[in-house]
Amino acid sequence: MTVKEDRAKAVRRGAPSGGQSRGDRRSSRLRRAAAKLHRDKALLLLAIPGLAVLLLFQYLPLLGNIIAFENYEPYLGIVQSQWTGLANFAIIFNGNPQFLSALYNTLIITALQLVFVFPAPIALALLLNSLLSERVKKLVQSVLYLPHFLSWVVVVAIFQSMLGGSGLLDDWLRSNGHTTLNIIGNAGLFKEMIVSQVVWKDTGWATILFLAALSTIDVALYEAASVDGASRWQQLRHITLPGLKSIAILLFILRLGNVLSVGFEQIILQQGPVGLGASEVLDTYVYHNGVLGGQWGESAAVGLVKGIVGVALVLAANKVAHLFGEPGLYQS
Amino acid sequence: MSGPQRRKTKRPSTIAGTTPPSLAIRSVKSVVLTVCCAVVIIPFVGVISTSLATQKQVTDSGGFVLIPNQVSLAAYQAILSGGVVTRALGISVFITVAGTVISLACTATLAYALSRPGSFGHKPILMLLLFALLFTPGIIPMYLVVKYLGLLNSYWALIIPTAVNAFNVIVLRAFFMGLPPQLIESARIDGASELTVLRRVVLPLSKAALAVIGLFYAVGYWNAFFNALLYINDTSKWPLQMVIQTYVVNNSPLGGQPPPGEVIPPQQSLQMAVLVVSVVPILIVYPFLQRHFGKGVLTGAVKG
Repeated sequence: MTVKEDRAKAVRRGAPSGGQSRGDRRSSRLRRAAAKLHRDKALLLLAIPGLAVLLLFQYLPLLGNIIAFENYEPYLGIVQSQWTGLANFAIIFNGNPQFLSALYNTLIITALQLVFVFPAPIALALLLNSLLSERVKKLVQSVLYLPHFLSWVVVVAIFQSMLGGSGLLDDWLRSNGHTTLNIIGNAGLFKEMIVSQVVWKDTGWATILFLAALSTIDVALYEAASVDGASRWQQLRHITLPGLKSIAILLFILRLGNVLSVGFEQIILQQGPVGLGASEVLDTYVYHNGVLGGQWGESAAVGLVKGIVGVALVLAANKVAHLFGEPGLYQS
Repeated sequence: MSGPQRRKTKRPSTIAGTTPPSLAIRSVKSVVLTVCCAVVIIPFVGVISTSLATQKQVTDSGGFVLIPNQVSLAAYQAILSGGVVTRALGISVFITVAGTVISLACTATLAYALSRPGSFGHKPILMLLLFALLFTPGIIPMYLVVKYLGLLNSYWALIIPTAVNAFNVIVLRAFFMGLPPQLIESARIDGASELTVLRRVVLPLSKAALAVIGLFYAVGYWNAFFNALLYINDTSKWPLQMVIQTYVVNNSPLGGQPPPGEVIPPQQSLQMAVLVVSVVPILIVYPFLQRHFGKGVLTGAVKG
């Protein structure tokens, strides 16, 4: 094939055989790189627009984190603002009640999500996989995937019109002489509400990866197991669940990276009726104090630490997965 | 939803030798699945019915209607005859169309540029892309970048920052790499430039993958709320999701006077009609999206 020949030619052109000094080798490597650059310049040009977006909105913001170390004033700009070192990070350690409340709420919601949101699609995927009728399975899938494609604004509006103080449930209770519940406006139920909305919206869609993993399990394993007299429960435990292990671990590691992000859009939409005490989480704290409150440096510091904790957790979890002989997210 | 098991009993167990599950287990399963589906469907029915209800019905039922006995399109006429919702709808359509075109162009070119291992800069660019999957930039630095680029209060702030999704690039790249290399080779031997190869050979062969990725981008732009909240202060530039937040979630009254002599639709119907209008485009593209769910376009990158 010509690509290979091309490449081989470029290599031959760049690297004459025989003994060569270090300088020769370096210049030959340069020449080879130049030949490659010449050959691939059209490809590189094609990469520019996408790469530019990536650099501008994924990597340039990393530089913007500098303001976490500054007493940033918008009218002075990043360069002119006063350098304050780690002073902004004190907010994390000096027991600021507002910050601690946001941290506490975030951790509770994350814990609830790990317990309820994470396993739900595994259970649903197992249930769907055990259906013998393809048609029923398809029908259920197309219904349950749908909420994933709705925006959080719409999901929150739907929940309000079902469970809010003037929603469907309370209308029904009222007309039957019961006391109304107003679940949406109840600060004590806010975290449970947030978690159940995530379950409602994303459980169906999240089964897609587990179903893909289930479809790769060799049917012969089940046949052999049933010939050996394994019950359906034993087959589930010893064939199906091990088949889901790798993908479950992979998704769990990815989830850990977001352990301190519990849904900015979803939560900021619903803080009004319940108040900030019950509903402020780290992301909304950064938004309220930074973008709205002008505490740029401190908020950026909180955001930066949050990001670092996420990446560190992913790396650590991946390491642990390797120790247990699992492929994890990536191999080193 | 009627009796999923009835159909099931006609089919033999798919795996040789295994006994089919007992009747008790099958009924538990169908009850669970029926409840799951009902929990998703009933809110939709409530929203659509209320949007079509008349004032009398809304008052009778105390607010929301599950089964309308009279159908009125007054709410739709009111929101679609100009005013805040109509304008926001136009803005959202523009952002979705322009954004999807830009996203697909950037994603396809980057994916194609990365589809030939061993090319110049292949590894570092790929690493940049993969690392972008690991972290999301913070809210404050992102806001500053948009501000310094002069994009605050501009529609571009709703498009460019989310134009390239690293995961989509990786999925499309995997798809391109799976195309027969002979086709690309022969086009290049015939003297086609890389751009021509991409346009004439690669893209026509990747219609299904492009359609799915394009639809995902489109749904993302259509549903985006966070970016508008952060970057757009000018209420006359609000996309639909911001309008829903203000008038439905926060319950502010819709501005504007109804035309004289017309029936004023109930507030609930107006709100639910706005929701329906924002969901209908998704319901329209949903069957197209769904056709590709099982085909491994999206899960392929994960498996391999």
